[in-house]
Amino acid sequence: MNWLLLAALLTIASVGFTAGRHKAGQFGTDPETHPHSRPNFHGYYVLMWTLLPAAVVGCVYLICNNWIAAELVSSELPAPFKVFPEADLAAYLRAVERAASLPGYASGEHVFDTVLVRFREISGQVNLVTLLALFGAAYAGLRVSVRQVAPDLRARVVVERGIEIFLFLCAGLAVATTVGIVLSLLFESLRFFAQVPLWDFLTGLHWNAQTSAEFGAVPLFFGTFMISAIAMVVAAPVGLFSAIYLSEYAGARSRNMIKPILEILAGVPTVVYGFFALLLVAPGIRSLALWINRVIIEAGWSDGPVLAAQPTSALAAGIVMGVMVIPFVSSLSDDVISAVPHSLRDGALAMGATKSEMIRHVVIPAALPGIIAALLLAVSRAIGETMIVVMAAGQRAQVSMDPTSDLTTITVQIVSLLTGESEFDSPKTLSAFALGLVLFVITLLFNLVALSVVKRFREKYD
Amino acid sequence: MIDLAGSDATNKRVLKRLKRRKAADARFRVFGLSAVGFALSALAVLLLSIGYQAFSATTYHVVEFDMSDMPLPTESPPDANVSKTLEAVFRAARDDLGAMFPESGSEAVLRMEMSAMITRLAALPTALKIARDPGHVADLRQVRMPLSDDLDLFLKGSGGHATLSRAGTVRSRIDESGMVVLAGQGAFRPLLANASAAGVSFGDDPAAGSALVTAGRSTIRLISATPDDARGELLTGDAADFDGAAPVVRLVEVPRALRAISDHQIAWTLALKTDGRIERVLHWSLLTHTDSTQPELAGTLAAIVGSFLTLMVTASVAIPVGIFASIYLEEFAPKNRLTSLIEVNINNLAAVPSIVFGLLGAAVFLGVFGLPRSAPIVGGLVLSLMILPVVIIASRAALKSVPPSVRSGAMAIGASEMQTVFHHVLPLAAPGILTGAILGMARALGETAPLLLIGMVAFVANVPNSSTDEATALPVLIYLWATQAERAWEPMTAAAIMILLLFLISMNVVVVYLRRRFERKW
Repeated sequence: MNWLLLAALLTIASVGFTAGRHKAGQFGTDPETHPHSRPNFHGYYVLMWTLLPAAVVGCVYLICNNWIAAELVSSELPAPFKVFPEADLAAYLRAVERAASLPGYASGEHVFDTVLVRFREISGQVNLVTLLALFGAAYAGLRVSVRQVAPDLRARVVVERGIEIFLFLCAGLAVATTVGIVLSLLFESLRFFAQVPLWDFLTGLHWNAQTSAEFGAVPLFFGTFMISAIAMVVAAPVGLFSAIYLSEYAGARSRNMIKPILEILAGVPTVVYGFFALLLVAPGIRSLALWINRVIIEAGWSDGPVLAAQPTSALAAGIVMGVMVIPFVSSLSDDVISAVPHSLRDGALAMGATKSEMIRHVVIPAALPGIIAALLLAVSRAIGETMIVVMAAGQRAQVSMDPTSDLTTITVQIVSLLTGESEFDSPKTLSAFALGLVLFVITLLFNLVALSVVKRFREKYD
Repeated sequence: MIDLAGSDATNKRVLKRLKRRKAADARFRVFGLSAVGFALSALAVLLLSIGYQAFSATTYHVVEFDMSDMPLPTESPPDANVSKTLEAVFRAARDDLGAMFPESGSEAVLRMEMSAMITRLAALPTALKIARDPGHVADLRQVRMPLSDDLDLFLKGSGGHATLSRAGTVRSRIDESGMVVLAGQGAFRPLLANASAAGVSFGDDPAAGSALVTAGRSTIRLISATPDDARGELLTGDAADFDGAAPVVRLVEVPRALRAISDHQIAWTLALKTDGRIERVLHWSLLTHTDSTQPELAGTLAAIVGSFLTLMVTASVAIPVGIFASIYLEEFAPKNRLTSLIEVNINNLAAVPSIVFGLLGAAVFLGVFGLPRSAPIVGGLVLSLMILPVVIIASRAALKSVPPSVRSGAMAIGASEMQTVFHHVLPLAAPGILTGAILGMARALGETAPLLLIGMVAFVANVPNSSTDEATALPVLIYLWATQAERAWEPMTAAAIMILLLFLISMNVVVVYLRRRFERKW
């Protein structure tokens, strides 16, 4: 159906193009008339005015077809339905709408099915009307624009202006995405905060969204912070020292070989890291923790186990996540370290500094803003990372300094709250959007701070 | 050397400090080298451990059956016919095994253990074939069905922790209680040594491990053993097989009560293997089957198709929109506040966590627009919004690298701005743009989190036909398999990861090729 529609539209568009071009071709090379634009542009001109009205009708249809059908159906509902509150009626119609999208579905309940059949009829009629309107609009556009084709019509200018507006709209889609993210997160979060006070959410110490309605997000913030901190403990020194080694010590050949290999770490899908953590790192850390427990107990320093030694642990997720963000730290730091001018290095070496002193006292301070920005971006990446923690960090919302205990994070909870859910009405699912909002704001802050650090403290050498 | 001014004491101090500074210098270099080494070895361990796991999933064991004398259900309708045929095929397979091992008929537990060697669903392909065309009954002389996953793991050497040893030549007899007694000078010394080394006992107790003695098609479970003789219960076969043979002794360390496979199943499997009815073959069903609840029957086909459909949607949205947006920003955008807002926006969007895009998809595409859940079209749209900044940034870099002289030249011969861009700049920037687009697609292919939120985690047993069907994607399938409890899923997951990595690597190879082939210096 959709493909047919598209093919029909393309056909009428190409008819428009040919008509415009043909009419413009009749102007000939008569020196009196001097057409402003070449025939092709007249063709594009007609094509544009054919597709534009059709596209407008199509967009209106896409946005509100279900709404129109639902309104029409609800106006037909018999009087007994009117006693129900507005919200219940809306939910009922939503259920009908969903059922109508499943071909051949019937609930077996008589009233529901009657409404469903009527809904299908009406939405079929709406479709038909839309189709007629679509082609009517396209045809009208074609007729009007073909009539406008004349030697002095500035078709090229209009067409190019149209293309430019189209290009602008494409660029605007990025803004629209951001607006969409912010609005959808805000809208659903506000619905959540209407039921759960914002303050309780941000400062509550108990999170138990699945079974009971406890929405204190502090354990999630703590877990996120803890795992990101472990990740940075791994990634910051390794990434930084790799960058220093690659830019200061390594020869051109080994540098050209090692750099792409390090970049592979950033290209491995995160679900693969998650499996790696689950398969190798988490069991390893568990047995290490068990061994430490045994040693401590045998040494008589403690009566019971000291470490939690869970099968999935914050440490496992953190270490693997650290490996994942190494390339973010190293390649960004590498760039800024390489950007430090050679004269500074030569100056330091001329003063008798050893190479490491030169790096520590001259190169790193000069590159510091860039390095800090790289670290901040890596932190933001670690906070927003999902699959590794979903697979290897655990589900228990607790505040524990023991790195071998299982912690949960913001992203883990978003996934577990929204997987397999389709209703966005309960506080349980809405809380996922509140967590998403927190996540979005935190990562945005980190990025903005990173950008402003670079902007404000960047040294200009040339 | 020039003798520097200063007393000997100063010189000594300086030299000492110099030595310290040199040592610090060397340390620093070692830190750098070991950081690089850590990162590289992390990657190596990651790839090797997964590759090792995946390797064991490239083959699996199948059992051959002869079902030529199977009674066929003949009633219609066809639907009922398939389920009846399935039942008949499965029963024929079980009866075939039962005829080979008569002892399985004696107890209900043993009958169940025998049925568990093959999954009922493994008979489905054969059943479908016969139900569609009863003429296929002739093919039933040789039917292969996968062995159950736990026995497959056992044969691959990773189930139950079995250690092998060979007993010396033994004589066998049957004692008054019906047990088989094996005797041979020092025949069971290696077994006892293994058992004491592993700290495992064996015998009648279900909490203990098992010692299985196999000769030919026959297997005995030992109840007691001394270095010179052993007494045990015949699991399958004939006690006479042991007479004068040098049997193989398997010490299975995992206690019977904790194992997924019983001693009888092991004995039967070994006998089938001796008969040549169990074969290790390439695991093609990993690529040709859809997901299943049984590891030995599961495959990635539906997920690969789902990923493909999703990527088609992503490509058809993100690549054109990304290219158009970058053309606008690079070639047409006036320097004003709106433009810089768009630019800042794109840079920030590139750093938004992927899961937030999943929330957007759940709230807007599912909630507001009412698109179907679990459908590749929704996944594709979400992923295209996610990789849009990647495509835009790469395309802008490619457009920027086209020198201004090209534009000036085009303008000079009378091209309009639009013609300059579309006829001259864009073709020259195309390889760079394509590179960025492929890298963006590779990122979309590996992404999991947003797909979880829009419901592409469903168990999908059918290959999706269109972008509105219920589907799952390859990384999501990996996630689902990785979180399964059964051990047999581990190699399957690793194999699925290898398939995913293969796709990613080939995309990157194309990128490298494009760069090499079309890179030009202006």
